[in-house]
Amino acid sequence: MVEHADIRVVHRGGSKINFRAPVISDDSRLLLCASGECVKVYSTSTEECVHHLRAHTDVVTGVVLRPSNHLQVYSCSMDGTIRLWDFTDAILIKTYVIGQPIYSIYASAQHNGVLFITIPMLNDKTSEMFHLVAVHLQQSTEQLVEARELSVVISHVSSNPAAIAFGRAGEYLASTKGLQLEVFFLKKQKSNRFSLKEENKKGRKNTFSCVTCHPTDDCIATGHEDGQIRLWRNFSHKKEYTYSTLHWHHTTVGSLCFTPEGTNLLSGGVESVLVQWRYNQDTQRDFLPRLGAAITHVTVSPDGTLFTTTHSDNKITIIRSGAKVSAVIQGLVKGESIETDLLIDPRSKALVMNGKPGHLQFYSLQRDKLMYNLDIVQQEYIYQSDLQQFEVVKAAFNSSGNWLATVEREQKDAELELNLKLWAFDDQTQSFVLNTTISAPHENRITALCFSPATDSQTTTVLVSSSKDGHFKAWQLAAHTEDEGPCWSCDFVGAYHGLVPSCCCFSADGSLLAVSFQEVVTVWSSASWELLTTLSQPPGDIRDLCFGQLSCSKYLLGTSTSNLLLCWNLLTCSLEWSTSMDISLLLADPLSENMAAFCSQSGYTHLFVFKPSEPRPIFSQKAVCSGKVMRAVFAPREEMLESCEESSQWLNRCQLYFLSQHMDLMTFTTKAEEDKLMDSSKQLVIDDTVAMTPFHLLLGKRRKEREEPQPAVSSPSAQRSSSSIRELLQTPAHVLPSTSYLCSMFVRSLLISVTDNREENNEAEGEMDSEKEEEDSEEEMDTRDTRPEQVSAESVSPALTKAQLRELRRLKKQDHSWLQGLLDP
Amino acid sequence: MASFKPTKIHVYPKLGEKVTQDTLYWKNYKAPIQIKQFGAVSNVAFSPVAPYNFAVTAFTRIHIYGPFSQEPIKSFTRFKDTAYSGRFRSDGQLLVAGCEDSVVRLFDVGGKTALRMFKGHTKAVHLTDFTSDRYQIVTGSDDYSCRLWDIPNATELNTYREHTDYIRCGVTSKLNRDLFITGSYDHTVKLFDVRTDKSVMTMDHEQPVESLLLYPSEGLLVSAGGRFVKVWDLLKQGQPLVSLRNHHKTVTCLCLSKNGERLLSASLDRHVKVYNTTNYKVVHNFDYPASILSLALAPYDESIVVGMTNSVLSIKHKKSPSESKDSTSQQRRRPSYRMFVKGKNYIPKQDDFLVGKQVKEHLAKHDKQLKKFNVSKALDTALESWTRRRKPEVTVAVIKELNRRGTLKNALAGRDEQELSRILNFLIGNLVDARFTLVLVTPAEMILDIYRSIIGQSPVIDRQLLRLHELLERELDYQRELLEVLGMLDTLFASSLPRNAVECSGISSSNGFFLTY
Repeated sequence: MVEHADIRVVHRGGSKINFRAPVISDDSRLLLCASGECVKVYSTSTEECVHHLRAHTDVVTGVVLRPSNHLQVYSCSMDGTIRLWDFTDAILIKTYVIGQPIYSIYASAQHNGVLFITIPMLNDKTSEMFHLVAVHLQQSTEQLVEARELSVVISHVSSNPAAIAFGRAGEYLASTKGLQLEVFFLKKQKSNRFSLKEENKKGRKNTFSCVTCHPTDDCIATGHEDGQIRLWRNFSHKKEYTYSTLHWHHTTVGSLCFTPEGTNLLSGGVESVLVQWRYNQDTQRDFLPRLGAAITHVTVSPDGTLFTTTHSDNKITIIRSGAKVSAVIQGLVKGESIETDLLIDPRSKALVMNGKPGHLQFYSLQRDKLMYNLDIVQQEYIYQSDLQQFEVVKAAFNSSGNWLATVEREQKDAELELNLKLWAFDDQTQSFVLNTTISAPHENRITALCFSPATDSQTTTVLVSSSKDGHFKAWQLAAHTEDEGPCWSCDFVGAYHGLVPSCCCFSADGSLLAVSFQEVVTVWSSASWELLTTLSQPPGDIRDLCFGQLSCSKYLLGTSTSNLLLCWNLLTCSLEWSTSMDISLLLADPLSENMAAFCSQSGYTHLFVFKPSEPRPIFSQKAVCSGKVMRAVFAPREEMLESCEESSQWLNRCQLYFLSQHMDLMTFTTKAEEDKLMDSSKQLVIDDTVAMTPFHLLLGKRRKEREEPQPAVSSPSAQRSSSSIRELLQTPAHVLPSTSYLCSMFVRSLLISVTDNREENNEAEGEMDSEKEEEDSEEEMDTRDTRPEQVSAESVSPALTKAQLRELRRLKKQDHSWLQGLLDP
Repeated sequence: MASFKPTKIHVYPKLGEKVTQDTLYWKNYKAPIQIKQFGAVSNVAFSPVAPYNFAVTAFTRIHIYGPFSQEPIKSFTRFKDTAYSGRFRSDGQLLVAGCEDSVVRLFDVGGKTALRMFKGHTKAVHLTDFTSDRYQIVTGSDDYSCRLWDIPNATELNTYREHTDYIRCGVTSKLNRDLFITGSYDHTVKLFDVRTDKSVMTMDHEQPVESLLLYPSEGLLVSAGGRFVKVWDLLKQGQPLVSLRNHHKTVTCLCLSKNGERLLSASLDRHVKVYNTTNYKVVHNFDYPASILSLALAPYDESIVVGMTNSVLSIKHKKSPSESKDSTSQQRRRPSYRMFVKGKNYIPKQDDFLVGKQVKEHLAKHDKQLKKFNVSKALDTALESWTRRRKPEVTVAVIKELNRRGTLKNALAGRDEQELSRILNFLIGNLVDARFTLVLVTPAEMILDIYRSIIGQSPVIDRQLLRLHELLERELDYQRELLEVLGMLDTLFASSLPRNAVECSGISSSNGFFLTY
């Protein structure tokens, strides 16, 4: 698959953290959640990712605390293994091989050495039938254990982890599937089944969506698709069971959870409201509204002080009891589609795309952390199943990052509502502030949006938007009135034979604007808005347009629907070359001449990196990923790589990120870079073992004071001298002064390290002592002096300063007899 | 937990003129007092001394009005024919006026009969003025000549026959007793020096000159004639400085405001325009019911007096400061100062523990209801009469928000007659407003859907529905006409563009309609 050994396609961040319910450690300090192929350990107070537990080779499907040791955790994965971790130090302790993909994992305190997992009934990935099996874990000292002792507990269960729950003291298991609730009593080894009708009287669906059991009472709470919560009691009898209903949610109950004492029941759903029901007081309930997005999981920490809600927008909210949000762990939000292209904010170098409905997200690629969400639509988000929301469909930054243009769209039946908003970066608040709102900038959808590159500070930036209504418009910043600041207004409206413009692109110096109208490319002068020339290569409409950069700025590249990659020379206004390939995406690297083309062929995407002026591609990789790549971006690196190999040189300045068909954010890395990453990740552990309480501030200060004098006792002079020796030894020989000159200094540095000895030997010589102190200070000065001398010269005999001469003289006078004793023992 | 995001009220660009310092200044006048005269008011002149009476020349009379009197305090009626150009001397004691019968009369302001009669002109005299030494009079006549008269001797000192058409206007220098300027229908403006027999400077206005004005510094001269107002720099040998064309009929009169910062011009097109004298941009505009012949500003801009062809004299007095203040102070009563500073000046000590006060978010009434999903109540609060009338954009924003939430139908349904008529009233008032039409069409359709069955049950609702129907019919016609005009404009633009195949395609539809966004 990989053609060049040193360049690899890797997943880069932004994996889901809302796939499974998170687990909170016993002391409520750490939160563990399954995230892609690893388990992430977050601190609940700082929101920082503390560890990655990496070993699984497929998606992690469940995390559960080990009931017998609260510092260990089991994780299961689709790769068919269960792994036991010490999560405080991120150490893998044991691996149990099951051999079948595992969908969920459960543990109970009453069943020591037994884990319950859901696996397919047939050993087949496509199978839709699952059963819950108990795994007996052998005691062994080996790292890798084959777990073959499997016994089926319940067959035909749902693969959803929320559909199975342990009852009071692990006595029974409640499992729901479709319209059936099955309660399995582990001691008696028998089960009771309760079925509901498909629809109730009002025609609502009764299907179970989740289940949980009361920790101290014989009560099972089930959530349903119609928004009802049923509390089942007396279910040990087949006939005399009862249930009561709680109703607040208007659609599916997403998750249910009892607090550890069983006094409260928490529920959440798509309304993004956390509802807290009092157990046995059905009328009383508390709400925590507007949590941002639909709630998929609700969990409570073992000590009951923390609640967490996991949301559909890849977010975990940590709520302290008292209904206050204390922390938000936010991953990269990935909707069904990224309507805005992937963008790079020139200021923060963050990846920008639309995330939550009506928001733009700024995602730091270096730290793999969501920086912030910018509210574009500024409207209350209301969840309703068939409600059309405003969506951010286009965004563009100007080259300095001072301006951000966004387009939001609401499609309601035939009506289309468009808003073009322009945001100015405010240095004081360090965020974007709305400057201009243009409602209905065009009569139809906007197909492309781009800023002109600012060549110098004087020229005003121009924003060009092209729309399906057959026009493209240029917007310019203009001061309208004295009392208000400058705002944007339309400067020019252009059209070409009533054709629909599809994409637009500015040349690197901003003097030319290329707009493609179906199969014709029109080139306009941005200074006078004159149509300069038209280029076309029928048949086939133009899909992508790109100007060459730097030395290749005379080229204009385009791709057409007839599977052609075209390159025009703008000096001759003629086609320079063209080749036939089905390019889905064409990108120009802003920092070099390179261009990247993703082309799809028989279900796979290939990548070519080339220079417009050279016929041979610099780099090509077959089968980068399956499916079409529609979004990609060149992200400038923070520090340049210094790779000399020809094939990886294109990655020196920029990194190429792309979104695969399954919305995974991928990138290309070189070997050297990966090694560096590994090193840095090991250092990244944040110590937050002691909370910053006032008590800590008091005590911590005291303790530090007590600790500090300790090193001070060991003689500082010794340290100093050793450092000077190190400096002397490390500097290259050819820049050092002559050996005869250095010798005395070298010897002196040795002299100081044995001060104590000397003092013992001749205590009476107070005069000498004072002189020696002088030496000390002089010596310090010398070490400082060495550097400029080293730099300044290859001059063989540097002129000695007066101070040095005096020193030398003094040295001569001194008695060195004791040295003899030291040198030859 | 995010806070509730309030409904976004769209800010529409303010229609009508923008409020600037100038509009505030020039709007600060009371309603005009109108006094009927016997004929067209050809001249209005203020006395330069307190109490600033003004002389109004109309038909065969000159009336002198006090600053606040509606009746003339004095009238000079001894004219045989139409009088012209009644002007005060700089001490306010004497008044000179020309006449259609070519005689120039000099009056004592206290007396009744003419002190002196200057005879010599052969045709109507339209220009009379005192020189700055107070002892001489300059006159200009339709016999193309202008003459200088001595008051004590009542003799003619000099005659200048340089103009080749009627002399209708002129000014004397206030700083130099020897200089005066005349403007004539021969399109020229001439500066005369009494010490020589000839004009010393000639400026070509290119239109019959109707009025002249000297700046207080006398470095700049303003001339009006035809549709143009031109400013000349006298210190640079009469170089034209700027030419203003803001009127669409002949400009008849010029005037400067108290400190020379604003220039006023009155015209037969019934407008008075106010210019900024630094950049000569129009900063304000007055409308009058008839063509304006004369205009004068009282010292310190205390009043604006305008004489019109329909023989009406219109006087506008400035509002006294107390009057203009009253209206604003009544509107708002703020809590006392003590309330504001309460606790603000307390400086926390070093070991004080600061307890932050929770900032209470303020929500508008309709937002409070929207937060609780009370859609009907939200619509009710938005339709409260004050909001509905004064801030229709708030009501529209709430309707839009309800529509976005998909609950507009619920909010509109189940109304009784009174509530429904309120909604209909609002629709009738705002449906054809171009800013709101897009939003309001939806609720209008919904109302028709919901209440179709009850049509005919209530006469009030039926009447309103009929009105709505009429309104829409009218609007449709109007829109159709507008489209026709647009089409016509398109053809005009298309024919006026150069026949360049490439150029045409580029801007074929930028017919001004698109540029208005």
